[in-house]
Amino acid sequence: MSKNESISEKEVEPVPQFMNEPMLEMYIFETTQMIEQLEQAILISEKGGFYEETSINEIFRFMHTIKGSSAMMLYNDIATLAHSMEDVFYFLREAKPTLVDYSQLSDIVFEGVDFIKVELIKIKNGDSADGDASGLIEKIKEFMTFLKSENPSGQSIESKKPETQQKYYIAPEKKITYDAKNFYKAVVYFEEGCEMESIRAYTIIHNLTELAEELFSIPEVGSGSDSDSELIKENGFKIYVRTNLSYEKIESFLQDTIFLKELKLEEISDEETFLSFKQTEGTNFEENEIKLPQVLENRISKEPINKEQIWKEVGNNAPQSVISVSVDKLDKLMDLVGEMVISEAMVTQNPDLVELELENFTKAARLLHKITSEIQDTVMSIRMVPLSTTFMKMQRIMRDMCKKLEREVELQLIGEETEVDKNIIEHIADPLMHLIRNAVDHGIEENEERIEKGKDRVGTVTLEAKNSGSDVLVIVRDDGKGLDKERILTKAIKAGLVDETTVLTDREIYNLILLPGFSTNENITEFSGRGVGMDVVSKNLQLVGGTILVDSTFGEGTCMTMKIPLTLAIIDGMNVKVGGSCYTIPITAIKQSFRPKAGECFTDPDGNEMIMVRGNCYPIIRLHKYFEVQTVVKEFHEGVLIMVEQDARMICLFADELIGQQQVVVKALPNFIKQTKNIQSLSGCTLLGDGSISLIIDIGGLTQYRTSK
Amino acid sequence: MAKTKMEEYLEEEEDTQKGKFLTFILGDEFYGIGIEFVTEIIGILPITEVPELPTYIRGIINLRGKIIPVMDIRLRFKKPFLEYNERTCIIVIDILDNSVGLIVDSVAEVTNISEENIVAPPSLNTGFSNTYIKGIGKVNNDVKLLLDCEKLLSKDELETLDSINV
Repeated sequence: MSKNESISEKEVEPVPQFMNEPMLEMYIFETTQMIEQLEQAILISEKGGFYEETSINEIFRFMHTIKGSSAMMLYNDIATLAHSMEDVFYFLREAKPTLVDYSQLSDIVFEGVDFIKVELIKIKNGDSADGDASGLIEKIKEFMTFLKSENPSGQSIESKKPETQQKYYIAPEKKITYDAKNFYKAVVYFEEGCEMESIRAYTIIHNLTELAEELFSIPEVGSGSDSDSELIKENGFKIYVRTNLSYEKIESFLQDTIFLKELKLEEISDEETFLSFKQTEGTNFEENEIKLPQVLENRISKEPINKEQIWKEVGNNAPQSVISVSVDKLDKLMDLVGEMVISEAMVTQNPDLVELELENFTKAARLLHKITSEIQDTVMSIRMVPLSTTFMKMQRIMRDMCKKLEREVELQLIGEETEVDKNIIEHIADPLMHLIRNAVDHGIEENEERIEKGKDRVGTVTLEAKNSGSDVLVIVRDDGKGLDKERILTKAIKAGLVDETTVLTDREIYNLILLPGFSTNENITEFSGRGVGMDVVSKNLQLVGGTILVDSTFGEGTCMTMKIPLTLAIIDGMNVKVGGSCYTIPITAIKQSFRPKAGECFTDPDGNEMIMVRGNCYPIIRLHKYFEVQTVVKEFHEGVLIMVEQDARMICLFADELIGQQQVVVKALPNFIKQTKNIQSLSGCTLLGDGSISLIIDIGGLTQYRTSK
Repeated sequence: MAKTKMEEYLEEEEDTQKGKFLTFILGDEFYGIGIEFVTEIIGILPITEVPELPTYIRGIINLRGKIIPVMDIRLRFKKPFLEYNERTCIIVIDILDNSVGLIVDSVAEVTNISEENIVAPPSLNTGFSNTYIKGIGKVNNDVKLLLDCEKLLSKDELETLDSINV
């Protein structure tokens, strides 16, 4: 940063923001990605209860990279935090300790991840990253010390009394079964001042290995440590040998040792005594040996799937030909494609050509239309992103909630490869979070309660995504206690949200919970009870043109379905004429259209008109009345009835005539209008081939109006 | 009064647009708008009505692919409605990234009105249309009522107006 200082005195304080804009963006992008992958890796490992070597390496690499890039961008708190976490994983990687509290480890790492997330948000918003991680770093250091003390590493720790440890030698060429008959105990004393007793002892052992079948010594030698030398100086070097050689041979061999002061060699009578020496001196090391493989074996056999899972979910590292594009460019491309569709319509449906019979032109126009549609589809699909990342985030939330509420709930994911537009993903995450929180907090009962009711002890929340027509359905299902109709109705009536006398279907009652301010909770918990959640969900969904449906079976569970249109921009619409104006109805909502016969429609005492079709009764909305348009077509048999469906509710719209089907580019109503009044019945407008504007009807908004009236 | 970004920017630079007003006619009066807000002037276009909006917002128009809402100034100022003819113009203004078209009887000219020729509107006068007047400008011997565009488009005003209506 010396360059910085030389530029001007004002800029002595490095301001990363305006100095390194593109670098900052890159840093934020990369670190966010790494944090997400990190979270996944930890979640998976925690679930398995064990941190596999690959995941430890993975996590270590992430921490290392975060540390490096944060330090470079001068975010020192993040860097130091990453550094301390890296230390933990370094220790885990190298020392491979066995006594680790994995749950505590996961908690600590998650805390660190959360800290970094918060800092990243601050940085993104242009605030300074001023979080203080020192408390967290202290915690990590404590954890490390605790870890180290529980798992003394191979390198000897300072001990006041030299511990006598058995070292177990197995002669390399010999088989494990021993049949040598002679047992000896030798005590070797070295001359004073010869130094390096332990090394000399080791030399003896080394040479003896050739001759002996079984051989062990006190103290264990080979490390060349001073404590061993001391021991040997004091008590002599004790060797226990099992061999076929005779006493004389062993004696002469040992006598050859350099600096030997004294040798005491005795024969041990039988195998048992020999072996007893082995047992008494504590065979901790041996036991450790046996334990370790067992533990690892168990874990490994349980979780071979985990490794693949990690690679699948975390493995963005896998070499794919992927390119990251700035979202602005994509937006621009989408806009241009939209304009192209409109222009194509303007050319091929030009009023000048309407009466002319141009065969070749029609053929060419059809080809143009085909190509334009293909371009449209491809550009749409570029912006499509699979829902899996959002679903993964839910796992973390699930885990946190389970811990806090001390309930065991499992999250099942289905159809996460379903793709939705990038815009929509951002708007789905919040509602999803609310729904899942609700499911776990309100829906799933305590584990004991579940057992009493005869359900599985562990509750399940299923998160499913699938395509349906031109919509994407995201369903949150739980097998908890379901919605209580009576309570909801009473609460709603008490809050004045619904009139006592109105009769509502079950579905309608359930959908009452979407109203703002509604909650059947007596007290407010950390997660819910304020009556805000479901309202946020519906508002967020409205922003992307989606809807939510609530269904439930009391005692068995609840199902919340979010329906989101696949694309915001282009829909298939049916143009209808009302007076001098043109309106467009989304094709997906239309069930059928027909011309009613005179007298088929009737009116009820309140003035509502309706019609009977195939045994069912449907209300009619006169579009010319609703939109206050002048038209001559007032009688039903002169116009056309279009039956539309929204949220399982069917109504009929009365218009003058059908003009035709057209693929239209949805343009939002100007901001000014939106600010003035939020018109529920219109979802936007579109330009027709002749340049005129057609308003796109939002069936949902229309039906709401109807019921509220 | 909060200044728009554009206004601030304009003030800092050598201001070629300051002091210039586009004048238009409504009935017998001349009104003026600072040209820094004006994007373009077009003749009357077919208007698509949009329901559930106040009466003075006539609907939306298609301006070369862009959807722009249009407001009838006559109705905004509670004057009687006049049928549109070939002289009727739409002045497209752009405030805070909102584009709105103002339907006026006809457009006059662009004049320079310097600061000293602008006086504040008298506060004694009652009536809501005064809230839209930023000042009164003197040109030769004529008086032009200078409009405050932001107030014109402000939603709060609309709401209070509605309540007065009802």
